Amino acid sequence: MRADARLLAALALAAGALLWAVPFAWMAVASLRPGGAGAADLASLLPSGPFDLANFREAWTSGHFPLWYCNTVLLCGGILAVQCVTISLAGYAFARLRFPGRNLVFTAFLLQLMLVPPILIVPNMRTLISLGLYDTLLGVMLPYFASAFGVFLMRQTFRTIPRDYEEAAVLDGATTLQIIFRVLLPLARPGLVAFAIVSVTAHWNEFLWPLMATSSPSNQVLTVGLASFTAGAEAGSEWGVIAAGTFLVAAPLLAGFVLFQRQFVSSFTFSGIK
Amino acid sequence: MTAGLLLLPSAVFLLAFTYWPVVQVVIGSFAERGFRGATHWGFGNYARLFADPHFGQALWNNALYAAGTIVPSVGLALLFAVGLRDNTRLSAALRTLVALPLLIPLVAAAALFVFIFLPGGGLLDWYLAKLGVASHNWLGDPSLALGSIIAITVWKNTGYYMLFFLAGLAGVPQDVVDAAKIDGANAPQRFFHITLPLLGPTIGFVTVIALLNAITQVDHVIVMTQGGPSDATTLLLYYIYQQAHQNYDLGLASAATVVSVAMLAALSLVSLRTLERGIHHES
Repeated sequence: MRADARLLAALALAAGALLWAVPFAWMAVASLRPGGAGAADLASLLPSGPFDLANFREAWTSGHFPLWYCNTVLLCGGILAVQCVTISLAGYAFARLRFPGRNLVFTAFLLQLMLVPPILIVPNMRTLISLGLYDTLLGVMLPYFASAFGVFLMRQTFRTIPRDYEEAAVLDGATTLQIIFRVLLPLARPGLVAFAIVSVTAHWNEFLWPLMATSSPSNQVLTVGLASFTAGAEAGSEWGVIAAGTFLVAAPLLAGFVLFQRQFVSSFTFSGIK
Repeated sequence: MTAGLLLLPSAVFLLAFTYWPVVQVVIGSFAERGFRGATHWGFGNYARLFADPHFGQALWNNALYAAGTIVPSVGLALLFAVGLRDNTRLSAALRTLVALPLLIPLVAAAALFVFIFLPGGGLLDWYLAKLGVASHNWLGDPSLALGSIIAITVWKNTGYYMLFFLAGLAGVPQDVVDAAKIDGANAPQRFFHITLPLLGPTIGFVTVIALLNAITQVDHVIVMTQGGPSDATTLLLYYIYQQAHQNYDLGLASAATVVSVAMLAALSLVSLRTLERGIHHES
């Protein structure tokens, strides 16, 4: 009886997990199905050959994927590069220095975890316009150059490093900046990698803020491009092409997750907040 | 002195894009455009906002959306975590399947679900038809559309929350569980009297994140339904986007933003501690 119940629970669980994979399964099957396949089979999840890459060719040529990839990589890379500097400096200050009002300032920093840029689109767009940075990738990046989560994570990481290293460096006459970038950062690599994964995932997938902050097609990122691309393809009921386009947008991070799963999972659970 | 210089780069961007915008939006919410473009100050935007039935509808929808996404996604996440926590290959593979949606953009999820919800020939109707269920206009029927948007969100976020529960479960001391087993506690008893209470902080943390997501993510609404049909899927942030982007009514958009910032500030007050604890429950 108890064994039966256990088996039943296990089966229900496995069925649930498989159900979770259905949208991905459809994406894979539909994207590989030849373009002219009968409409009745569109929804079928059973892979039935022959397969070809026509949908991917169609998606690649009718969308601007090379441009969107470039812009997205630039966006994620630019944000991450600046964040690494700002969060290391601030993380060090909160981890090692004593100054009046430290806890208060730290709490004020953490407020950014809640007041995320999508909520503040109205005033932030005004700021971009007055800075002359509306419709530029730099403008999309600016609100993310400071990261409360990153500061928090670097503070925690620096705290785990024994002070002996810094003290030795101080005796050798190292400056604060040299201590942070030459001594501590190499030791803090796990924290930085965890942050990089969370940051890149968040900005690769973001939609509303890049949509609002840019207007010309040459500044579109993958998510914004995909949205306009699917709107066009939906009108023509080109579902296989939409599946292929969606795959092109999602594939890099999905591949990263499958290859470096342990690292991704520990980054996400370390984080909680993007 | 040194501390100030080290904090400066972060502080500049936080001031410019987090704190100052809040001040700006509060000021903007009291600025009214009068005749001949003259600005005067008052509660006019708020009066218009609270008189706008679309805004009331957006608040109500957002409350339904929050409850409708948080309860199932947190519950299912807990279920998947407890059921798939063992180290077998099968469990690891199934965990990966549940976690995958967290990696894709919400607009990509929306692109897939547009076809899943397609009336008649779409994935859901096609398979439901085999069970003899009539076809539905999942995104076009006002009584179903919000439920469909909720379904996407649950699909997208459950795996993310599961990861936190898996991390939390790893922290439940095995000897306590074993001791209860020896004392004759059955599996449900062990779960409800030991595991669940010990997971309390994780549940609180995940709920806060889920609530934050319910207030700050509307990408799927923008792509799939544009708030329709007849306002059935208009959420608070979508309402703000609509006022700012389509109606160019910045006064109304500012007043609505103040309402959502106030909600987030209230959430921060009760939960910043929870978040801070949760962020490093791994370390």
